[in-house]
Amino acid sequence: MVRLIAFLVGVFFSGMLLIGLGDTIIGAIKEPAVPTAEHEFHKMPLAEKFPHDGPLGKYNKGQLQRGLKVYSEVCSACHSLKLVSFRDFAALGYNEEQVKALAKGWKTEVPSINPETGEPATRPGIPADRIPSPFPNEVAARAANNNALPPDLSLITKARADGPAYVYSLLIGYEETQPAELLKKFPDAKTPDGLHYNPYFANLNIAMAAPLAADDQVTYDDGTKATKAQMAKDVAAFLTWTAEPKMENRKSAGWAALIFLIIFTGLAWMSYKSIWTDKKH
Amino acid sequence: MSFPWANEYKPQNAVTKWVDERLPLPRLVYNAVGAGYPVPRNLNYFWNFGVLAGVALVIQIVTGIVLAMHYYASVDGAFNSVEHIMRDVNAGWFIRYAHMNGASFFFIVVYIHIFRGLFYGSYKAPREMIWLLGVVIFLLMMATAFMGYVLPWGQMSFWGAQVITGFFSAIPLVGEPLRQLLLGGFAPDQAALNRFFSLHYLLPFVIAGVIILHVWALHIPGSSNPTGVSVKAEQDTVPFHPYYTAKDGFGLGIFLIGFVAITFFAPNLLGHPDNYIQANPLSTPAHIVPEWYFLPFYAILKAFTVNFGIPFTGIVLIEAKLMGVLAMFGSILLLFFLPWLDTSPVRSGHYRPLFRKFFWYGLIPSLVVLTYCGAQPPYTQWVVLSQIAAAYYFAHFLIILPIVSRIERPLPLPNSITEAVTGKPLQTATA
Repeated sequence: MVRLIAFLVGVFFSGMLLIGLGDTIIGAIKEPAVPTAEHEFHKMPLAEKFPHDGPLGKYNKGQLQRGLKVYSEVCSACHSLKLVSFRDFAALGYNEEQVKALAKGWKTEVPSINPETGEPATRPGIPADRIPSPFPNEVAARAANNNALPPDLSLITKARADGPAYVYSLLIGYEETQPAELLKKFPDAKTPDGLHYNPYFANLNIAMAAPLAADDQVTYDDGTKATKAQMAKDVAAFLTWTAEPKMENRKSAGWAALIFLIIFTGLAWMSYKSIWTDKKH
Repeated sequence: MSFPWANEYKPQNAVTKWVDERLPLPRLVYNAVGAGYPVPRNLNYFWNFGVLAGVALVIQIVTGIVLAMHYYASVDGAFNSVEHIMRDVNAGWFIRYAHMNGASFFFIVVYIHIFRGLFYGSYKAPREMIWLLGVVIFLLMMATAFMGYVLPWGQMSFWGAQVITGFFSAIPLVGEPLRQLLLGGFAPDQAALNRFFSLHYLLPFVIAGVIILHVWALHIPGSSNPTGVSVKAEQDTVPFHPYYTAKDGFGLGIFLIGFVAITFFAPNLLGHPDNYIQANPLSTPAHIVPEWYFLPFYAILKAFTVNFGIPFTGIVLIEAKLMGVLAMFGSILLLFFLPWLDTSPVRSGHYRPLFRKFFWYGLIPSLVVLTYCGAQPPYTQWVVLSQIAAAYYFAHFLIILPIVSRIERPLPLPNSITEAVTGKPLQTATA
């Protein structure tokens, strides 16, 4: 009885799947999938290497400091960094005084209340504060950005596939005009007014205008030439750190754990072999 | 207990003797996983995975309890509390990544454990109850993993919950009210998050309880073995300790090396980037996918594309969506009937030439294809492939296995485990 019912259920499910298979194939022949501009012109991120790549990779503190400068002078006009505190910048190689100065001198003040009247007010930042956001709320952010919402950047390199390379590619990937081939093939896929063509962005048209418009937009303190590619790379490295601040601890603990386990496994192997010596198995 | 030659627990001193007379817990452990449990001497490395699954559960419970100390089950705070764990809690990044990847490794280990059972016929008499309890554990694991994935309240958490609970709305008449009852609202929200957290904390202990039953049921007939031939005499077995504790210790080392390599050097490899975006009910991700261990079942769900009805009348009896849901649950529930579908008296796939072909060239490829297709967008080629693979999956268990059991001519079995191992016949002086 069990086998009879099973047989009938099996014939039903497999049969419906095979009918579905026929249906899918007929459907695909009758109405082949229409290619889309996103499908054909979207590019995968460039294969860019970073010093923190790989199991031995470490952050380059100079690069992170340069990236912070790019963030604070360019990106932070629109993008928040809500999960990072000023005190975290100690990890970039700044001492206590420098962190205090960074917090105090940040261009946006920290929301607070007036201690006398209780009215909303602002005050200069201290190391314990989170990085203040450029807009007080989502409505204000959208109102200032043509109804587009600039995403928080704290986790952006983990929230996109191949994140660091994606951020880098997106920043240098803007194209003034759409490829002629694209417009020829997809006349309806013209970039709408107010958007900008960028083949690394999922739907090709991004609301953000090219933020890194020219070389030397930022003046680096360490004398590095601030080309567009250099700035893009430095800020991508900085945003990798904001998303994964404990990466160096993680990798060094990982090596310690691996070495311990390799020794443990070797000993376990030897005891296994010695216990079983006289037992054929 | 199973075999008359099993070692007996002898308390070594006055204290253990005192304990043994009042609560023989050390005796229980000795008989369960100590020298008092005789095990076939010919187990291969596939028999390590039961113990490894137990270790994986312990890792999940220990890391999970610590995470729960810092986690905050609120739609506004959950995402940030996970980031607080990652950034500010001492070694929080380690606890969280270990828990996140521990779930994946738990499934890897359990899948190998299940496929070992499928190949070596471990579900056959007299071990049906072990298998049935194992399927219960598997279902509980899936529920636990799903609810755990919702807790960080990222985009995939939210939309995964939306899709999975949406299955219930496919049930005719009562579906939508049932879904709202389960969620405590019209969509996943604070009520759903709270109950998922509660259940996610509860279910692992239920799993631990069912594991005790699973191991208890195992100790009635004793472990199976790669030949599938039953134990006949003492020479066929070795005591679990020290023989298999040593072998499991080595297996555990290899398992932990793999676990540590992923957890410390590629912790997000098995996850989805979208879950690092806070849940937003107003923005649907371009492409909702479950965690990798659910992909084959997700592919089965999506493979049903036509309604079942009376041809040429337009009357629909079962909608494609409902059929997909039934098939997805059915694809796991059919495992409950496996001991009665595969009626071949030979357990091990080694001695079943036809079964072995269908296992390696049918079942395994179909599951690989389903796993791959489950992660793909619904383009024609992936739908076609998953329809073929899903059709095979159901046919394999429900149609092919019963027929194979009937028509197959198994290879000759060795007379005993000892003979299979040493080549010499078993000396049965006592028999």
